[in-house]
Amino acid sequence: MDTFVQQIINGLTVGAIYALIALGYTMVYGILRLINFAHGDVYMVGAFIGYYLAFALGFATGPSLIGLGVVLIGSMIASALVGMAIERFAYRPLRKYARMTTLITAIGVSLLIENLFVAKLGAAPRAFPQLLREQSYTLFGNAAISKSQILIFGVSVVLMLLLQWVIFKTKVGTAMRAVSFNLNSAKLMGINTNMIISFTFALGSALAAAAGVLTAQYNPQIDPLMGIITGLKAFVAAVLGGIGNIPGAVLGGLLIGIAETFVVGYGQNVGIPTTYRDAVAFAILILVLLFRPTGLLGSTVQEKV
Amino acid sequence: MKRILVSLVLMTSLLASFACERRGGIGGDSNVGVIRVGYYGDLSGRTSNFGVSTKNGVMMAADEINKAGGINGRQIEILSEDDEGRPEKAATVVTKLIDQDKVIALLGEVASGNSLAAAPKAQASHVPMISPSSTNPAVTAVGDYIFRVCFIDPFQGEVMAKFAANTLKAKKAAIMQDFNAPYSRGLTEFFEASFVKLGGQIVTKQSYTQGDRDYKGQLTSIRSLNPDVIYVPGYYGEVGVIAKQAKQLGITQPLLGGDGWDAPQLWELGGDALNGDYISNHYSVEDPSPAIQKFVNDFKGRYKIVPDALAALGYDAMRVLADAIKRGGTTEGPKLRDAIAATKDFAGVTGVISINGERNAVKPAVVLKLQDGKYIYQETIKP
Repeated sequence: MDTFVQQIINGLTVGAIYALIALGYTMVYGILRLINFAHGDVYMVGAFIGYYLAFALGFATGPSLIGLGVVLIGSMIASALVGMAIERFAYRPLRKYARMTTLITAIGVSLLIENLFVAKLGAAPRAFPQLLREQSYTLFGNAAISKSQILIFGVSVVLMLLLQWVIFKTKVGTAMRAVSFNLNSAKLMGINTNMIISFTFALGSALAAAAGVLTAQYNPQIDPLMGIITGLKAFVAAVLGGIGNIPGAVLGGLLIGIAETFVVGYGQNVGIPTTYRDAVAFAILILVLLFRPTGLLGSTVQEKV
Repeated sequence: MKRILVSLVLMTSLLASFACERRGGIGGDSNVGVIRVGYYGDLSGRTSNFGVSTKNGVMMAADEINKAGGINGRQIEILSEDDEGRPEKAATVVTKLIDQDKVIALLGEVASGNSLAAAPKAQASHVPMISPSSTNPAVTAVGDYIFRVCFIDPFQGEVMAKFAANTLKAKKAAIMQDFNAPYSRGLTEFFEASFVKLGGQIVTKQSYTQGDRDYKGQLTSIRSLNPDVIYVPGYYGEVGVIAKQAKQLGITQPLLGGDGWDAPQLWELGGDALNGDYISNHYSVEDPSPAIQKFVNDFKGRYKIVPDALAALGYDAMRVLADAIKRGGTTEGPKLRDAIAATKDFAGVTGVISINGERNAVKPAVVLKLQDGKYIYQETIKP
């Protein structure tokens, strides 16, 4: 029983990270109908900004909660700017062309960021400074939860509630919903759509950066290619939950995280090797798309002829 | 018709000029002039600690030999290439070193997977290759031009199995292997065979792949089976994190590993979580023998860091090669090959090196205990 609970905790930790990143995919898709493939790399950029901030501000020497807060928020702000810059310089000039053009540009931006980092910093993994004094708390039996896991849960929940508040309770959130409903009508109603799109990228990128810094407390190994697989799985999570749907992204992230951990933890008992972890995430995607093409929480959109 | 003729003539002359260039190229084998030796390794990829460290050892040996007057009066020049730790890149850079730079011998790689990718080219071109530290048996089985100056995994796996069963009195072991690394899978196989032969039991075998972010799923399964020791024959980048996450789950049993753990970055990633773990390795910096202490001090003076086993093996590989060139009196592929194969009782830093019929070095291994950033010598296990 304690092993089962432990695996659920492990799965939720990984899932919370996927969920944070998936939110960015889903918000951008909701507004622009664009799969921003560079989003996984923003997560990586966030982790690296955190890494350099920690050293520059002198927090790398020892654990400190203030340091962690400063690094987390600093990295979120800087990454928000990175996200806005990507939108401004790579996607906005192409907005009037076919959607495929922007999609391919997104893949290009992703490769550009990855290889720029490899060229400048090298592909060798770096050790992220530990800003949290690591400690485990026993729940019952053998089941334990570590401080970094509590941190991941806590921060993710706060960020998700904050996002919900921004989208449903603020003026800019109302504008975001209007733009996602119909970009041209929103523009006619006097909404500065460019500003709103920019804001959406900033929000998504900040969440991805938070995921980057949090995951680095849990697993201190960061490298320029860490965003590829994680980003891809977060994308799967977003599609699984119903792309464009915000609670769906969270649900999808948590489901993928738990599914993966269960494959690793119990797969061998039923003859599925541990290495099928990634394959299972994508197999789930295919199954969901076969039976519920709009994802778990996605609504069917009537195509007008 | 005329056009075809002209292009034919052009093509022939072009080919001829290539042929001329090939014959006239440097090192087109004479027994005078600079000796060009190729080094390839991971200098910027995921395992760049390995490549850089080995290169440091190779360069130091080459400089020492050059300072002492070279080999039979000829100086050594090391041409270094970065393979980024990728097998396909390793094959490419080795092709460049052989075809373009005309090196007379190759030193590299560390990771067995990369050596395996490069070895067929060296074999086909009859350029001897000495791997400083690839321990997977398949590497030298590629052909009779491929050598190594380290022990092989059947032995390394056996060393840890013996240590676990005899010294730590372990009865149940769990294994966590890096599924895509031939190095890790080889060690897993040989550890398992030896440990079972010694009366132990393998309770579970878990896998991960390089670049995974989370290992708690596997570790939780291992924890539920309560083994006495956990064998993790992986590379330092992942192992450091595995040790850390194991401690977070309250796993107190020691982790056992191989020479793939030995890199300064291991401690940055794992920190205190590594205390009490054991690894098998090629040599110990604490060894009081004068030859080793001289090497350690010279290395520290030159690079300001303590040499890990890979630096020592790089150093030995270069010196074994130099010794063979000196004895053979030539840098011609087949004769140099024979000279390397005849290496016997060469006093290396990592032990006395004799090349056997399978072109492997027969050497003892040491077991080290990890404690606060140091490797504490435990025992030497002979083949």
